Parts: sequence; C-alpha cells; structure tokens
Amino acid sequence: MFALDVQQLTKVYRGGFQALKGVDLQVQEGDFFALLGPNGAGKSTFIGIVSSLVSKTSGRVSVFGRDLDRDPEGVKSCIGLVPQEFNFNLFLPVIEVVLNQAGYYGIPRAVAKARAERYLRQLDLWDRRDTEMRRLSGGMKRRLMIARALVHEPRLLILDEPTAGVDIEIRRSMWSFLREFNAQGTTIILTTHYLEEAESLCRNIAIIDGGEIAERTSLAILLNRLHTETFVLNLKGRVSELPELGGFVLQALDDCTLEVEMNREHTINGLFEALSRNGIEVISLRNKQNRLERLFLELVDRRGLEVRA
Amino acid sequence: MSARLDDWRRYRVTFQTILGKEVLRFSRIWVQTILPSVITTTLYFVIFGRLIGDRIGSMDGFAYLDFIVPGLVLMGVITNSYSNVVSSFYSSKFSRYIEELLVSPAPNWVILAGYVAGGVARGLTVGVAVMLVAMFFTEIRIHDPLTMLLIGVMTATLFSLGGFINAIYANSFDDISIVPTFVLTPLTYLGGVFYSIELLPEFWQTVSLANPVLYMVNAFRHGLLGVSDIPLGLAFGMILICIVILAAYSLFLLRRGVGIKT
Ligand SMILES: Nc1ncnc2c1ncn2[C@@H]1O[C@H](COP(=O)(O)OP(=O)(O)O)[C@@H](O)[C@H]1O
Ligand SMILES: [Mg+2]
Repeated sequence: MFALDVQQLTKVYRGGFQALKGVDLQVQEGDFFALLGPNGAGKSTFIGIVSSLVSKTSGRVSVFGRDLDRDPEGVKSCIGLVPQEFNFNLFLPVIEVVLNQAGYYGIPRAVAKARAERYLRQLDLWDRRDTEMRRLSGGMKRRLMIARALVHEPRLLILDEPTAGVDIEIRRSMWSFLREFNAQGTTIILTTHYLEEAESLCRNIAIIDGGEIAERTSLAILLNRLHTETFVLNLKGRVSELPELGGFVLQALDDCTLEVEMNREHTINGLFEALSRNGIEVISLRNKQNRLERLFLELVDRRGLEVRA
Repeated sequence: MSARLDDWRRYRVTFQTILGKEVLRFSRIWVQTILPSVITTTLYFVIFGRLIGDRIGSMDGFAYLDFIVPGLVLMGVITNSYSNVVSSFYSSKFSRYIEELLVSPAPNWVILAGYVAGGVARGLTVGVAVMLVAMFFTEIRIHDPLTMLLIGVMTATLFSLGGFINAIYANSFDDISIVPTFVLTPLTYLGGVFYSIELLPEFWQTVSLANPVLYMVNAFRHGLLGVSDIPLGLAFGMILICIVILAAYSLFLLRRGVGIKT
C-alpha cells in the first residue's frame, strides 16, 4: 500500500495563480522521501493540501488507502505535520501546546501526558516544559513542532523545511532522531533546501518545479549522476571496436560518435591520453547534462551550496 | 458500531480540550476578562442606585435599581461571551495556531461547540460575578431560577456564535471591535436594559420589538423579578431561532473554510 498516493492534483489560488499543475506522486509505506524544489515551486501548497490546511482545486489524495474527500478524519489521523512557519500560541507553556494537540486528536489526557513527556525528553525540551513559547529559541520551536506532530503517533510524518534556520549541531541531532523514527516504521516525507539533508536521510526524491513534478527517482541514482559527467565526442574516422579504458565508461552512439561517462576524479586530459593511446582522435566534444542534473544543480547553486564530487 | 463509539469518545476529548483551554485562557487573564464588567456594573449600581436612582422612582413596580439588575447582568453575559470567542478564535487565526485544529480529525461541529462553550463559560462567570455585586446593592430575590439560567445560557450561546462568525470574517484586530462597538452596544442599551419599553411612544415600542436583545432582557427580567414586557414563550422561541440560524451559518462557513483555509 502507498503511504501517499496523489493523482492529478491541481491548485488554483484565489486571484487565479496556479500553484500545482496536475501533480502525480506516490510514496511507499516506510519510505524516507524528499520533496525538493526551488522557492515557490509548490512544495508547501502540496503539503498543505495533503494535511488539510489548503483546499485543493481538483485531483485525488489518498493516505494509506483512505481518500481525503470521503474520509477526511481518517486521513488526518494518519498524518503528523511539521509546517514551514511557526504556528504556536506564544503565550502557552510548552507542555500545554503538546497536550492540547493531543486533545484535538482525541487522545485521553493520561495517555497524552505520558507521550508528551516521552517526546519532549527525546527532543531535549522536557526541562523547558513550563516555559512560555515566546521564550524559546528558533531551534527549540522547530523541535517542539516535531514533538507536537508525533503526539498522536502518526504513520506518516510530513516535515516542511524542518531544519530551516537551525544550527548544524541541532540539525544533526534532529536528523538522527528522524532516522530512528523512520527505522521504527514511520513513513517520512520532507522538503528541504539542503542537499546534505536529503543525502543523509532520504531514499527517494521528487523534484517539483513550477507546480509540476520534474523528476522522481532514488537518491542513489541522483547522487551517482551528480558525481559523474557525460561527454559526447565526435571522432575523426570510424571506430570498429571500443577499447577498455579504466575509469571511463564508453558507449558508441554511432560509428563516429562516442559517449563517455567519467567520474569527476578523472580529468579530460587523462581521457584524451587514453584515447590517443588507442588511436582514437577527437574532433569536437560537448558536455551532456541530463535534465535531472541540471535541475538539481540549479536548485543547489541558488543556495550557494557545494555539490561534493 | 464500536468505531462510532470510539469516534464519540474522541469527540468528547476534543471538546473538553477546547473548552478547557478557553477557560484557562480567560482565567489566566481575568483582570482583562472578568474584572472590567464587574467594575462597570458596580459603577452603574453606585450611580443609578445610590445617587440618582431614588429620583427616578419605580419602574414596573420595582425600585429602579432592582429593575436594572437583570439587564446589567445580561449585558455582562452578552459582551463577555461575544468577546471571548471573537478574540480567542481570531487570535488563533492571526498567529496561525488554528492550524493545530485544522490538521486534527476534529469535526467542525466539535470545534464550534468547544469555542461556543468557552464563550458561554465566560459569559456565565461574569453574569454570576455581576449578580453577586447586585446582591450587595439590592435585596432582590430570584423569582424563577430555571428561566433565568436557561435564558442566561441561551443568550451566551447566541452571542458566542456571533463572536465566532465575526472572527471568521475578521482580517485585523480592528475588525473584531467594530461589531461590539457599533452593533452590540447600541442593541443592548436600546434593548430595555435601563427602561421598560412601555415608557416609549408606540412607534418606538414597535421598532424596539425588532431588537432581539429586548426579548432576552425581558425574559431574563421575568426570571429574576417576575415582570416582562414580552411573553416568555415568544422570547424563548425568538432566541432559539436565532441560535439555530447562527449555528447553521457558522458550520457553513467552517465547511467552506472561509477565512481559515486558502
Ligand atoms: N495563499 C496564496 N495565495 C496566492 N498565491 C499563493 C498563496 N500561497 C502560495 N502562493 C503561491 O504559490 C506558489 C507556490 O508556493 P509554495 O507552495 O509556498 O512554494 P514552496 O513551498 O515550494 O516555496 C508561489 O508562487 C506562491 O507565491
Ligand atoms: Mg514552502
């Protein structure tokens, strides 16, 4: 069964802006899934619809086989949401925020108290339980949003940029917390701007751009693509037989065109030397970038982050 | 069948949570929520009762001070039930923690019932406080406690619903004070709190009958003193119809997500 199955989802905001243009997306139960995309791509809109904060224009959403239109209460009780923006009553003490949320889900007080203590301890907030929300730091508020989202023990946890503005140490501890949670069986979907975050957590990804899913793949494939470069070479004369070159993967596109995939550790000089040794002469070359790679580099470049080759 | 039972248990917890949080909210800030009405009515009692009440003479056979007690109590109920819901629900929109409820499986009618119960709780708390002040200044004995209680609760329910609808439409903190200032205050002052409409010329008596607050004040006065300008049954019917209309409209707005969903 899919944890999340979304079909032909569209959203037109009042005023006419179309934020989602027919999104199809499936996420397997147990997956750790990243939804990546530039600012304004429609990530928060997508998450908002799945978690009932935004009303959809058309399309279908189903969560663990429950349809959002037919069984909204069933869908909501499966999902825990960590939204992008803080949405707290700043005048409440930490513990009450968690207990109220549990109460809204209909969890009896005694059970709620035990869970609140457990999750607040796990997220290093138990000592702060009587502190008013407005006295918490940004990092603490982010962690509290996670505790609040877990109090009804959802099968699907959705986090919208959960570590934005959080320093690296706390971010790492949040990652290990989430990883552990996923290992225990909770399906997790998150949006992020940090490649490192997706890399260290997620198995599968989708890239959304301009309200459409541009790519849907596994992180392993994405990273592999990012760490290799592909060139198309036009050759002088024909090659009948492809030589074996260590470190380079060759593929003949036709008699005098060659595609070379190389790890970024190797140089083009090295490639040419190896080709020369085998009597192959190159007239011209062009870089072949695939769409996924281009999109992803755009995404990451915009935030000034380095792709580690 | 057992699934339904579980649902009802869940709804009860949700309702209790919302009501509990509302009561805690107005109790914590009681200086802003309970005290002002008590001080205002105390001033009314001092001015109208001790200082100029005797010069006004009797009204409907009661000392003027006694006559205005029911209206003053009900005025406290009306303003406080309304403002509790409007400010609490609007704040939850403004700071976005309404989202805590929207993501939860709480049905709309439970959310509405919770907020309305919170408004009723504050309205009645203030009503009782004002009543205690009144007992200090007067020697009235309650004529019909059941009617008084019923009218008190129904009035609080009606104005809590009004506050809820106001909050749904409000886009700024200004929007939540417009209705109380320009609609509620005139309606209550002209709703027979301070006078019997028999004092008015016939034309204005008829106009007054279009004011729902008149029915509540008079029914409440019947409960407290045993006199009313309005037949009791008519008053109950009128308030009940208003409650049904406003509740249905609130649920309609919630279902459409007006003011709370994009
Ligand atoms: N309430 C709204 N009304 C109109 N347009 C909106 C609203 N919310 C978001 N948008 C627009 O929809 C697009 C997608 O926004 P969003 O889903 O927040 O993107 P992301 O989370 O990927 O940054 C943006 O262009 C944004 O301006
Ligand atoms: Mg966003």
